[in-house]
Amino acid sequence: MSALGLYNYWIVIFLMMTGFYVVISSGNLVKKIIGLSLFQASVFILYISLGKISNGGPPILREGVELYSNPLPHVLILTAIVVGVSTTALGLSLVVRIKESYGAVEEEEIHRQDESL
Amino acid sequence: MIAEIINVVLLGLLVITAVAAIRLHDLFAVVMVFGIYSFLAATVFVVLDAVDVAFTEAAVGAGISTILMLATISLVGRWERRPAHRPFLPILVVVVTGGALVYGTLDMPNFGEQSTPVHEHIAPYYLEQSKSDIGIPNVVTSVLASYRGYDTLGELTVIFTAGIGVLGILGIRRRREEKNSEG
Repeated sequence: MSALGLYNYWIVIFLMMTGFYVVISSGNLVKKIIGLSLFQASVFILYISLGKISNGGPPILREGVELYSNPLPHVLILTAIVVGVSTTALGLSLVVRIKESYGAVEEEEIHRQDESL
Repeated sequence: MIAEIINVVLLGLLVITAVAAIRLHDLFAVVMVFGIYSFLAATVFVVLDAVDVAFTEAAVGAGISTILMLATISLVGRWERRPAHRPFLPILVVVVTGGALVYGTLDMPNFGEQSTPVHEHIAPYYLEQSKSDIGIPNVVTSVLASYRGYDTLGELTVIFTAGIGVLGILGIRRRREEKNSEG
């Protein structure tokens, strides 16, 4: 298992960096928010990976099971998922509002209109 | 062992969907890929024993987020403008950040290891005591709704604030326009 010991973390870092790349390279505001959500979901995977114990069971107590995975990351991430969706909703509504005012959601177009004022 | 193989395969699929999300310029397709990504993440959570997180991610992450994004692209348009120049600077920033993070993981305990500080502190208390303290078998629910009930109330405050924010951003202007059209 030692060869794969850090595999989960490296994949998570790759996923985080794809989300980060979408946020900083894309000019489209909707795509930026999708990138942010990709980043968020990969952080969730990082936390849940940290909570996993090999051969452990899900943290629901029952007869005959001695070893359970750590329940605390699960609690944190349950909260984070719901908060993440509410921030996504707020961000998307800002995008819709920007579209109403500027008629565009491309960053370059918005900057151009700001400069021409 | 089978669970580990499934874990590796699912994470590989996540990488493919994430790369697809970068390469596509049709936002409808990107949103669909994001839905697949969230659902794959939910299946990874099942493999990693986080069943409560899995169904929340499937319902809220893959469901509600996708619907919100589809509603947004129906209002703002479906096509992303292709970038005019090669994004060398973003690639550099991402590679440097990723390298620093990989360097940070080298000191981390191996995946699935049992005798790490994070598993020997606090978590055993909840696993041993929550049955007699709260009386239900699901430890995650015990912590979320009872031990940390006030934090969950705080979470509801965040959702409420976000809801008011969305109404404030989208609602007020509509009403003003209606008033103008009447006058």
